[in-house]
Amino acid sequence: MKGRKHLLGLEELGREQIEQILDAAQSFKEVLERSIPKVPTLRGKTVANLFFEPSTRTRISFELAEKRLSADTVNFTASGSSVSKGESLKDTARNIEAMQVDMIVVRHSASGAPHFLARSLDCSVINAGDGTHEHPTQGLLDVFTVREHKGKIEGLKVVIVGDIAHSRVAASNIWGLTKLGARVVVCGPRTLLPIGIERLGVEATSDLDKALEGADVVNVLRIQLERQKSGLFPSIREYSRCFGLTRERLSAAREDVLVMHPGPINRGVEISQDVADGPFSVILEQVTNGVAVRMAVLYLLSGSEVEPKPE
Amino acid sequence: MTYVEKAQIMDEQAMARAIARISHEIVERNQGTEHLVLVGIRRRGVPLARRIQQKLKQYEGADVPLGVLDITLYRDDLQQIGPAPVVHSSDLPFDITGKIVVLVDDVLYTGRTVRAALDALIDFGRPKAIQLAVLVDRGHRELPIRADFVGKNLPTSEKEVVKVSVTEEDGLDGVSIGEVIQD
Repeated sequence: MKGRKHLLGLEELGREQIEQILDAAQSFKEVLERSIPKVPTLRGKTVANLFFEPSTRTRISFELAEKRLSADTVNFTASGSSVSKGESLKDTARNIEAMQVDMIVVRHSASGAPHFLARSLDCSVINAGDGTHEHPTQGLLDVFTVREHKGKIEGLKVVIVGDIAHSRVAASNIWGLTKLGARVVVCGPRTLLPIGIERLGVEATSDLDKALEGADVVNVLRIQLERQKSGLFPSIREYSRCFGLTRERLSAAREDVLVMHPGPINRGVEISQDVADGPFSVILEQVTNGVAVRMAVLYLLSGSEVEPKPE
Repeated sequence: MTYVEKAQIMDEQAMARAIARISHEIVERNQGTEHLVLVGIRRRGVPLARRIQQKLKQYEGADVPLGVLDITLYRDDLQQIGPAPVVHSSDLPFDITGKIVVLVDDVLYTGRTVRAALDALIDFGRPKAIQLAVLVDRGHRELPIRADFVGKNLPTSEKEVVKVSVTEEDGLDGVSIGEVIQD
């Protein structure tokens, strides 16, 4: 991660940099398994978590990762702050930076919000999900979980099912997985598959049963009910019938298939109860790994500040 | 930057003798090997600790547990050295609480690595005692730390570099002293 100050997306990372983060995360996972799961590495550093959109997993995961590294953390959520008084994103962030914050973790409903902050601030910016663009740490923890189970990424068939068009998780997964050599198939209703998605190096289909044939990994996305106001599919029931992952459907995949989900789960909609809690599910492992991966990202970005600035 | 060797300080045989003596001293100091555990500091402390473990087996017939400690996350210069160094895992497959821990490293210099190792160890438990074994003590301490077992005391200048090679990492055993020349 030499010279890198921000993590805005996996699109801009090379294979080597992604692997460096995954390797570091492996070591941080060992730290989390100790009886005192804390190291003094980021002592004296302050990290601000700016969440302009609701989040449980990601916010807690980042906060835990920061605390496990001994950083000081401040949390900011849009409700109950000056944002509700009409303060702009830039003003909010500059004010927080003026309090000597070293890193900012930002979640925002507008795609590109972290990039905008990275341009206008001096501190490091980590994207914790921006609009429909990317969610790089989720992509990294998904890739990490797959690599941990399969020992590699190269050559695996990974199926991503759901609302591909609106999913930042799908985007980050696609970048991460294809850069490491996986064969990625995206599957969903035609209305939720972006036109031209094949240009990212993936296959697209609306036939889930066909997509699942010989799959090593199935990553089920949440149907984002809050982004579904314009009738892109007829009903939840119909979606569930055509694209819900059930035990019967899963039998087409390899017998050591991994079932993943970024959470929160709509049980019985995109994934059936028995698959979500079944033997192939690594959904809770993803959550555990999330802390280790975020520690790795925080650690690797923290070392870049003394890089000489290009003249 | 290139390393120019000025003199060889220890060859394979001298290194083996030093490790044998350190192993005897460890047994003597602790009146046996009871409650003893060895912890090598990554990287070159690990193969040295493994050799001490073999010697203890040979002399006392005892299987002394061996752990590996990575101190990267405990360094006090992380903010000064630029890009974050590669972190490796520690592996201490036993509880150190109540044990006598012998920390093993290749070179004792400023003492900062040992300081970091002490902090790291204490996060794993509360040992009865921690002792330090090093192959080479080259002086120039910046912290009040000393070794309990020393292979060789080597007076050096701060410009010089002490290079320890071990077969497991470098293909041969030996200690040399040299200088790094800026190209």
